[in-house]
Amino acid sequence: MQQPNSPPGAAFAGPFTTPLLDPDRPTPPGVGGPGEKAGDVRYNVYRNNVTVSLIDALADTFPAVRRIVGETFFRDMARLYVRREPPRSPLLFDYGHGFAAFIDGFEHTRPLPWLGDVARIERAWLDAYHAADRDPLAPEKLASAPQDALPALRFQPHPATRVLRSAYPAVTIFAANRASGPVGKILERDGEDALVTRPALDVFVRKLPPGGAVFLTLLCTGKPLGEAAAAAGGTEPGFDLGANIAGMMEAGAFADILVPDA
Amino acid sequence: MPHANNGNSRFSAFPVSGRSGASLKHTHLNAIFSERDQVGFFEVHAENYMGAGGPPHAALSRVRRDYPVLLHGVCMSIGAPQPLDEAHLARFRSLVERYEPAIVSEHLAWSTHDDVFYNDLLPLPYTNETLRHVCEHIDQVQAAIGRRLLLENPSTYLVFAESDYDETGFIREIVDRTGCGLLLDVNNVFVSATNQGFSALDYLADFPLEHVGEIHLAGHRQQSDDEGEPLLIDSHDGPVCDAVWKLYDIVIGRAGTIPTLVEWDGDIPDWPILKAEADAAQAVLDRHAATGARKIHHAAAE
Repeated sequence: MQQPNSPPGAAFAGPFTTPLLDPDRPTPPGVGGPGEKAGDVRYNVYRNNVTVSLIDALADTFPAVRRIVGETFFRDMARLYVRREPPRSPLLFDYGHGFAAFIDGFEHTRPLPWLGDVARIERAWLDAYHAADRDPLAPEKLASAPQDALPALRFQPHPATRVLRSAYPAVTIFAANRASGPVGKILERDGEDALVTRPALDVFVRKLPPGGAVFLTLLCTGKPLGEAAAAAGGTEPGFDLGANIAGMMEAGAFADILVPDA
Repeated sequence: MPHANNGNSRFSAFPVSGRSGASLKHTHLNAIFSERDQVGFFEVHAENYMGAGGPPHAALSRVRRDYPVLLHGVCMSIGAPQPLDEAHLARFRSLVERYEPAIVSEHLAWSTHDDVFYNDLLPLPYTNETLRHVCEHIDQVQAAIGRRLLLENPSTYLVFAESDYDETGFIREIVDRTGCGLLLDVNNVFVSATNQGFSALDYLADFPLEHVGEIHLAGHRQQSDDEGEPLLIDSHDGPVCDAVWKLYDIVIGRAGTIPTLVEWDGDIPDWPILKAEADAAQAVLDRHAATGARKIHHAAAE
């Protein structure tokens, strides 16, 4: 609540907004049409504008979820979310960060336990799309770091970079449902971790190799390369450091390195 | 009262006077870039460019190299009784500085209450109290951006019993107190006139046209009110209707060749269809320019 001391003349705002997202409440008092005309249909124009435009915003942000559950189901689900968690910012491209958690707890999508993770990837995709522009770390710069300094090397994540983990094949499902072609049967069963990057103008979503999510998450939080590699190797015996470094460089996941003082 | 000026703009002369333009839609980018001088200018909704970076800024930067850009705020919530969102105002200001828009505008409406954003242009009662906070908010915006703001008349669907002013009287007071300019949305006049049962011509006769720096045209849809009579919805999803073109012709004949935007925000057609609407507005402007109709010195020429 930003406005503890409402100025005089503010009385219209609370009564006018409360019913906007609550269809069980009546039209607020003091509004109507010209003359003696009623206000119900007229007020409902605003209810409809608010609700439909926010559902549309979610539909734009989560096209794979929409395609998976179908338009009607999606809009019914989104309507419930809009009423429970309306936006707290006028920047609609930032709306829906709670949508994945809402889906996780939504009883009607229980048969699709991976749907929330698909929504998380879609939300991260849009975050990457609007992230600050920055050139990714040049391979020559990494190559120029002294060999004996490598274990202590720290990386600065690129502003667009996001790492997401899933116990389900969420990356495969995401990719299939964001592509234009038909979606065939998804054969993958194992969990998949995602790396979302935007080194220039295009957003990329990659499936990370084993241990990659642990490795990159630690690097993104400022842990040195040696520590991140050891942790990844500890959780995933097949962790391939060389392949993971090559992958993160190709993806443009980092913006710079901090070489420790010699 | 903030002094209205164009001091921040790199334009010494007003570059969009007498020109028509179109809403910038990213689905049209390839078509827009395929030829030069498609329209007189492009207008964007400020909030769509408030991300840190990425394709939206890349596209707008490229458009801005070739065209004047007009910045149209949708979510400042100037008509709300609560204070403006300082963070939002700062983002708005940084867009003005970055893109040097030829015109900056916002709405006589509100969209945020407490911290909930309702994503619609909500109506306000026209009283001395609301007049005071609207003017304070406009003063604040104009001080932040260092230039004149144009305020747009709304489409409304209902009336507040507590209103003391009619809309044109309220708007005149705002202009007198803040020195802001006006964005006259002719479609909004037609929509509100139908919905509120007043004469669009009377409204225009009472509207301070000498302060209008930009005109908006757009399409609307028709529904029915509780009594089964027409209720028009400002939907921006179709062509401009004949009645609005007629009102527009009258406005230009009286007020001069004010820069005119054709808005189209839903069911967006292929670029040639939107461009044809902007061309139709340009034809009206050109016809009045040729006959020398410029009876009112308007704000845009200052």
